[in-house]
Amino acid sequence: MAEPPLLPLTLRGVRLSRGGADRLHGVDLDLAPGGCTVVMGPNGAGKSLLLKVLHGLETPGAGRIDWNGQAPGPAVTRRQAMVFQAPVLLRRSVAANLDFVLPRHAQARRDDLLAHVGLSDKAATPARRLSGGEQQRLALARALATEPEILFLDEPTASLDPAACLQIERLVLKARAAGTRIVFVTHNAGQARRLADDVVFLHRGRVVEHSPAARFFPTPATQAAKDHIEGRIVLSH
Amino acid sequence: MQDFGSSFALAFRLVLSGDADLIEIVLLSLRVSLSAAALACAIGLPLGALIAVARFRGREALIVVLNALMGLPPVVVGLVVYLQLSRAGPLGFLGLLYTPTAMILAQTILIAPIVAALSRQVLQDMHGEYDEQFRSLALTRGRAVRALLWDARFALVTVALAGFGRAVAEVGAVIIVGGNIDHLTRVMTTAIALETSQGDLSMALALGIVLMVLALGVNAVVQTVQLSAARRSHG
Ligand SMILES: Nc1ncnc2c1ncn2[C@@H]1O[C@H](COP(=O)(O)OP(=O)(O)OP(=O)(O)O)[C@@H](O)[C@H]1O
Ligand SMILES: [Mg+2]
Repeated sequence: MAEPPLLPLTLRGVRLSRGGADRLHGVDLDLAPGGCTVVMGPNGAGKSLLLKVLHGLETPGAGRIDWNGQAPGPAVTRRQAMVFQAPVLLRRSVAANLDFVLPRHAQARRDDLLAHVGLSDKAATPARRLSGGEQQRLALARALATEPEILFLDEPTASLDPAACLQIERLVLKARAAGTRIVFVTHNAGQARRLADDVVFLHRGRVVEHSPAARFFPTPATQAAKDHIEGRIVLSH
Repeated sequence: MQDFGSSFALAFRLVLSGDADLIEIVLLSLRVSLSAAALACAIGLPLGALIAVARFRGREALIVVLNALMGLPPVVVGLVVYLQLSRAGPLGFLGLLYTPTAMILAQTILIAPIVAALSRQVLQDMHGEYDEQFRSLALTRGRAVRALLWDARFALVTVALAGFGRAVAEVGAVIIVGGNIDHLTRVMTTAIALETSQGDLSMALALGIVLMVLALGVNAVVQTVQLSAARRSHG
């Protein structure tokens, strides 16, 4: 591939308003190549919007976004993939959902992907008949099918049972091991600990903390982050 | 004037014996209305898809106009087409007035807005659901529209059949531009109007029966399509 890599990424002063109010107030963020960044923060903090800005689905009103020298646009979006909280699957079979994003005559690769996410026996099933966890695995397989350099996941396990959560996590960790840069939004502190190399903590539309996981979890620098993690830990017991 | 009972008996005999005049009229009806439906789909589906997906100035107004055009009165469409095709009209040199082609043209104008408006609604709803995912995949506009059309195919078949149903049942437009000429432009609805006015109730009833069966048949097809779509939960 002749293209220069997308990372490192630099965000400076990114503002985004929606519904008549600023939702991101001057976000600064640096993402280095490699690893898994977990984005945390309370409901409404702007995590989903930040992911959409990074993926090129939302255009900020101000600020600078620099993908290793490239400006955002379809050429950048195409090299990334996103798994939405509520997966949007085509009204087609499981296999056809993958064929949709694969090159022609890529049946072998499609079957590999289905096996990878454990959906081989569901290939002919209408995608919308799958269970929530299966739908998320299919959405993940579709995202991986495009061989993204960066994979964004917006609370992909929010409504899944613990076993299904772990399945998704395993697949995400495999993708990371294979060199895909991961950006993962979650409210689940346990999941964040299992996945994160570094943590971005968002609060009221600002990145208030961005530190390595080994530092963030034992010693969060801000009170907001401390409350958030402890709130989650208390809730999960 | 025959009494109702014997008219009805005669009507059934006409249908069951495959009366040549009757068959000719039915076939012309089908040819005209199926052609019109096909043309209306060729125009209306891409137009509906374009309006569903594209953002441009005046889009809202266009949707209002399109929805209003669904209620076009057939006689007015017939009149407008007549004025275009009549010998003094701008397209008079084509010599199309009182031909099946003129009837197809009029019915196409009548039902293209129906196909466009209904498919616009169907595709817009689906687009709202798919748009973010499609942008995430950085699909081209053309690829996105084709995917929408394919995934909405069951609903769009219903739209097409609704257009056909309206065409095959209308009388106002085809009688003005077709003229109800025997063996040339006589279709089911115009024949029913004529035979009834002339008191030949058996032929009118026979055609009425065929028309009803056709309408029921179209509905049965729609139901089956939707049912099978639901069963495969693609719809
Ligand atoms: N299209 C929109 N119009 C108006 N307000 C919006 C829009 N999109 C997002 N917002 C608002 O922006 C804020 C941030 O939204 P966002 O979806 O990014 O939150 P989040 O951090 O992902 O929250 P959650 O944890 O609940 O998913 C919220 O207050 C939300 O109501
Ligand atoms: Mg969110």
